[in-house]
Amino acid sequence: MSNAPVDTGRRRFLTAATAVVGGAGAVAVAVPFIKSWNPSAKAKAAGAPVEVNISKVEPGQLIRVEWRGKPVWVVRRTDAILSELPKLDGQLRDPASEELQQPDYAANPARSIKPEFFIAVGICTHLGCSPTYLPDSFGEQVEGVTAGFFCPCHGSKFDMAGRVFQGVPAPLNLVVPPHQYVDDGTVLIGVDTGAA
Amino acid sequence: MKKLLIALVTLLPSLAIAAGGSNVHLESANVDFHDKESLERGLNLFQQYCSGCHSTQYQRYGRVAEDLDISVDDMRQKYMFTDAKIGELMENAIPPADAAKWFGAAAPDLTLVARVRGQDWVYSYLKGFYKDESRPFGVNNTVFPLVGMPHVLEDLQGIPVKQEDGTYVTTGGSMNAEEYDQAVRDITGFLAYSADPVKLEREALGWWVLGFLFIFFIVAYLLKKEYWKDVH
Amino acid sequence: MVKNIVDWIDARIPMTATYNRHVGQYPTPKNFNFWYFFGSLALLVLVNQLLTGIWLTMNYVPTAEGAFASVEYIMRDVEYGWLLRYMHSTGASAFFVVVYLHMFRGLIYGSYQKPRELLWLFGMLIFLVLMAEAFMGYLLPWGQMSYWGAQVIISLFGAIPFIGDDLTLWIRGDYVVSGATLNRFFALHVIALPLVLVVLVFLHLIALHEVGSNNPDGVEVKKNKDENGWPVDAIPFHPYYTVKDIMGVAGFLIVFCYVLFFMPEGGGYFLEKPNFEAANPMKTPEHIAPVWYFTPFYAILRAIPDKLLGVVGMGLAIAVLFVLPWLDRCKVKSIRYRGLIHKINIAQFTVSFLILGYLGAVPATPTLTIAARIFTLTYFGFFVALWVYSKNEKTKPVPTRVTH
Repeated sequence: MSNAPVDTGRRRFLTAATAVVGGAGAVAVAVPFIKSWNPSAKAKAAGAPVEVNISKVEPGQLIRVEWRGKPVWVVRRTDAILSELPKLDGQLRDPASEELQQPDYAANPARSIKPEFFIAVGICTHLGCSPTYLPDSFGEQVEGVTAGFFCPCHGSKFDMAGRVFQGVPAPLNLVVPPHQYVDDGTVLIGVDTGAA
Repeated sequence: MKKLLIALVTLLPSLAIAAGGSNVHLESANVDFHDKESLERGLNLFQQYCSGCHSTQYQRYGRVAEDLDISVDDMRQKYMFTDAKIGELMENAIPPADAAKWFGAAAPDLTLVARVRGQDWVYSYLKGFYKDESRPFGVNNTVFPLVGMPHVLEDLQGIPVKQEDGTYVTTGGSMNAEEYDQAVRDITGFLAYSADPVKLEREALGWWVLGFLFIFFIVAYLLKKEYWKDVH
Repeated sequence: MVKNIVDWIDARIPMTATYNRHVGQYPTPKNFNFWYFFGSLALLVLVNQLLTGIWLTMNYVPTAEGAFASVEYIMRDVEYGWLLRYMHSTGASAFFVVVYLHMFRGLIYGSYQKPRELLWLFGMLIFLVLMAEAFMGYLLPWGQMSYWGAQVIISLFGAIPFIGDDLTLWIRGDYVVSGATLNRFFALHVIALPLVLVVLVFLHLIALHEVGSNNPDGVEVKKNKDENGWPVDAIPFHPYYTVKDIMGVAGFLIVFCYVLFFMPEGGGYFLEKPNFEAANPMKTPEHIAPVWYFTPFYAILRAIPDKLLGVVGMGLAIAVLFVLPWLDRCKVKSIRYRGLIHKINIAQFTVSFLILGYLGAVPATPTLTIAARIFTLTYFGFFVALWVYSKNEKTKPVPTRVTH
């Protein structure tokens, strides 16, 4: 060891420089580890958009399709149901769909591209159960309303546009997935721009 | 110690020669991973002539389209002959059991052939078919003796026939020798890409990493030198 | 604030004391040279292997049906999966590179001699476990080389008299290498052996810090202390060797990353070509060679024209390293002050080891088999000669202080 004077400024600078460069390197090394948790090409392929034939759906009928492993509902709403929707606004948390639970093109009173067809991810926004479709007996849950969705897990209630009622655990409306109509009888779920 | 090391270094080549087997001479494939047009032509030829029997089952159509700058629509229309979806693996149309029945053995998957055998081998193999009536498909191969498949590129290359002086004369075929070489190079390129699709990305990233490490080394060196001024 | 937390912890566990004992105030000889980088580098590679290994298991499928495809899945479909896999495969070879250089350092500077025998033994155990770890890991990609390599190595145990056949059957859990073998190797590779390895590394470091580091002069720095009890030829590990090792890490990473990004196959030595073909129990590749780090021992195995003796010879080649501290009876540690005969002996041993490594990687021919026999003899000759001459070796005077 020597007793020569030490240039502490230079030492401090070089220590900081090494720490910064080394720290940047350590962060960069973490990137592949973190990114490898993203969905793989296989998962993405399995989660590719799903084409659904809706030409045979009866009025009032709900069909389920799987998209990214989740149930997606396609419901054909009757005029009677549609006319019922505006009357419920006062009992709902987010009647005007202000929360971003739907693409822009579905941020309308019926929460759909074509009012006749309601398309939503059938997962309750509370804790992830799949609500039950009650086409006739929803009146037992909310008086005076014919049809709606009722979640058996914790009793959350949604109207026929997937809007959540007040006074239930679910905080948000049901999610409307991105979708587009390929032609009148076919809808593509999972994508809304360009070709898939 | 140094002398011994030198002796060792001079000794190694002679050992290598002693160890050398009877390897067939292979022509150089000269594959260029950057030449995406060549790779696309290779994909085209592979899908036309090879994919009937051979899969590239670890690759996905979408990934190939993306890597070779092919639009999804082009990929679908030109190069996808099964009803597979764009994100799916490039699996085979023929079930292995049928293939075994028809050809005696299921055609191997070729995703990694360029890494197992080497690019030059693939290139030379595709150029190595010649007429041999004693074989079931009437052809044999210079780099893969007793090959168990027909010469599927015969309508491009024609069929080389061995002459008495040991050379080959090729007749028939829609391509001249030069065009065929290029076609085979394209296929080899595509297979080399399939075997190692990440090569370009890997090397590009590699330069950044090395550049970073070089800077890190300099900083660390200066830091070490600064502290070690204390030590005498 | 920080001080309060540190005090709070120190009142409960000896954190600061441990740090000072092993890093902050660990007296390290000041004359370490190039050869002293490889211990810390081995630790770095161990961490790399553990992390990338954990991440690989997240997508790897340990079944005979799924293993090969899952590796290609990692290489192609998982984001940056190729990087994690190449880090692990290149890391495996790098591990042996640094460990061999680390062992060579111990050899030339007599770091195995009294009082560091136990340190050397722990190191040898690490080497042994590392070989098992590498061997079992190599089966997991389930390529042709994985399969046939495992087949050959497991068959070695068949050479053991009486119990050989039953033993190989027991190791494989099947009549051939199969999914059962793959499953148990996977379990051992990812859980059991890494745990053992980490414990051994810990013991290796404890043993090192108990007796103190050797150095290129083979002088015990502890014998020369100043009035404060600090060895005059030592400097604290931190900051001097931390900054030096950081520099070593940067230098090492340049080489490591060059291989990783530009030649991950390592010329066919790190990832062997036949291993890009899925395992096929019906067809052996034309030329079976173990991965490069096993080739010296494999060459010894092949050189001996008897199954049992070949296995014994190979085992002995490793076992004899364990007793090195007792074979060397010289009191002088470093090659710098040893006799000429010792220098020549180490040189010939190094050359023998390298040539055996080469011979184990190429197909055997009659000429090469003779060469392998010669170098097998010189390999063992090193230890015999060492034991003979070291008793009365003519050495140079060892300085009392380290030289610079």
